[in-house]
Amino acid sequence: MEKLISKYFVPGKTFWVDEYIAGGGYEAARSVFEKFDAKGLIDEVKKSNLRGLGGAGFPAGMKWSLVPQTTGKPVYLVVNGDEGEPGTFKDKYIFRHAPHLLLEGMMIAAYANNVHKAYIYIRGEYVDEYRTMARALDEAYAKGFLGKKIFGKDFDLEIVLHRGAGAYICGEETGLLESLEGKKGFPRLKPPFPAVVGLFGCPTVINNVETLSYLRFIVERGADWFAKLGSEKNGGLRLFSVSGHVKKPGVYELPLGIPLKEIIYDHAGGIRNDRKLKAVVPGGLSAAILRSDEIEVGMDFDQLRAKGTMAGSAGVMVFDETTCMVSALHVTMRFYAHESCGQCSPCREGTGWVHKILQRIVEGRGRIEDLNNLLDICSFMGGTTICALADGAAMPLRSYPEKFRAEFEDFIRSGKSIVTPKAKELVSHH
Amino acid sequence: MEPLTLNSQTQALFSAALQAKLDAKVAKYETRRASILEVLHLIMEEKGHIALEDEKNVAQYLSIPPIDVREVMTFYTLYYDKPKAKTRFNVCRTLACHLTGGDELLKYLEEKLGIHEGQMSKDGKCSLKTVECLGACEIAPMMQINDHEYAGNLTKEKIDELLKRVKCEA
Repeated sequence: MEKLISKYFVPGKTFWVDEYIAGGGYEAARSVFEKFDAKGLIDEVKKSNLRGLGGAGFPAGMKWSLVPQTTGKPVYLVVNGDEGEPGTFKDKYIFRHAPHLLLEGMMIAAYANNVHKAYIYIRGEYVDEYRTMARALDEAYAKGFLGKKIFGKDFDLEIVLHRGAGAYICGEETGLLESLEGKKGFPRLKPPFPAVVGLFGCPTVINNVETLSYLRFIVERGADWFAKLGSEKNGGLRLFSVSGHVKKPGVYELPLGIPLKEIIYDHAGGIRNDRKLKAVVPGGLSAAILRSDEIEVGMDFDQLRAKGTMAGSAGVMVFDETTCMVSALHVTMRFYAHESCGQCSPCREGTGWVHKILQRIVEGRGRIEDLNNLLDICSFMGGTTICALADGAAMPLRSYPEKFRAEFEDFIRSGKSIVTPKAKELVSHH
Repeated sequence: MEPLTLNSQTQALFSAALQAKLDAKVAKYETRRASILEVLHLIMEEKGHIALEDEKNVAQYLSIPPIDVREVMTFYTLYYDKPKAKTRFNVCRTLACHLTGGDELLKYLEEKLGIHEGQMSKDGKCSLKTVECLGACEIAPMMQINDHEYAGNLTKEKIDELLKRVKCEA
């Protein structure tokens, strides 16, 4: 199977500018000035069915077409490289191995949206990746690919690299904008959407690292070719981050719509120690869990939504038969309680209560009514807040007990796990 | 933390070298305030942590109220407001690391270091804390050492080796 982005993922290697150019790099960005006008380029990306690969899956070309070009204000491009959704680690590989692929994608997006200033927001923990991007940026400036009159065309583009400082919520695009403006990352009420009122009050395009990194290939080989690689309305390939109880965890670049079963067994090597599969988180921590009998599903935005879960960030976390679902949910909800920004009470209080209730259950002091209380809290958390963090928390919170009800009830009654007797001793009390 | 008040001093806020770095960074942004996350990172790189005095200086430097600096410093998790341990272990506790035995390894580290998570050893040599997902689930269970180096596929043996290397055994 052909690799696009991941052909750059050579262990221990970064493709610096000369080697990147030698492999045909920056030709796509150079060619867009002749091949397309801005609207034509947006139409091409629309036709490619490229989706927002950060997790929302919003059609990328459509997102661009919503940016007003007549406000008299500058339009900004912001790259979301906060990569915080647990189970997701693909953008790190792009930063590490193919920094120029991202920069080239940014140039293409900048041309389509008439952008002359762009920011890359990279999560603060990615220290080495930040340094790699900084060096690549210097290289691109030195070659005249950035700055005034790029490629000798009448087009300026400045790119600024910006580090986050440890906050999941800054992966939410308006939280990210607040953070980029120098504030705590409280998401904004929408509308207005960032396309219209974004960074510094100006129209803003926000795209994920991976989304932008596919643009070079779309320009090089055409939208129709790209669209055909994937499934209906889900163009191209995608980087799946696979972790948990598989033999070969890692990043796999595969067509959108590929059955989950193939990812786990054909690509990630199957289950460790040849145990049985129990469950899978298909799209990052915030996706509803799937049972082992639900893995025939095609991994694209629409097919997973039809199954009541989501493609999200394509973070696939695999659970074998020894996994205690109660402990897994406890760890999951502890994450949301920790990362809730505190702006909206249903989320701030709800995630906290849920964590406390689950803590009590895993410590062996659960009550049978706790299960219904969890579902009650879940129902008021969803759809009542400014951003989707609480909705993301509600997905696992509802689906784990729904699909593994007997295991939850058994844990509460007996005060310990039926699958992992040690689960209780390992509970952290902090 | 002590309450904050604006400095009335007029002398230079930072060393000339640091000031030059900060000025270059601030110039890239549309507003001075927008640079605050980077400004705080640069100060930490230079000094290890952001002391109260520097927190006030940042407010003055960016022409924003001190409370706004405090808000940023406390909202994000990566800023240190106190001197940090020589060697710092940030152990991931999120789902992929939990599935692959991270909880047990955390207990092991606590025993070996003689401190609990959230603590620093009395001699200031090492500290241990748990963190949420660091985006490295392919090498779970994992931790970050000194806010920088990713150490993954951890086992008790590997932890023993790491502790020998950084001379952190209790």
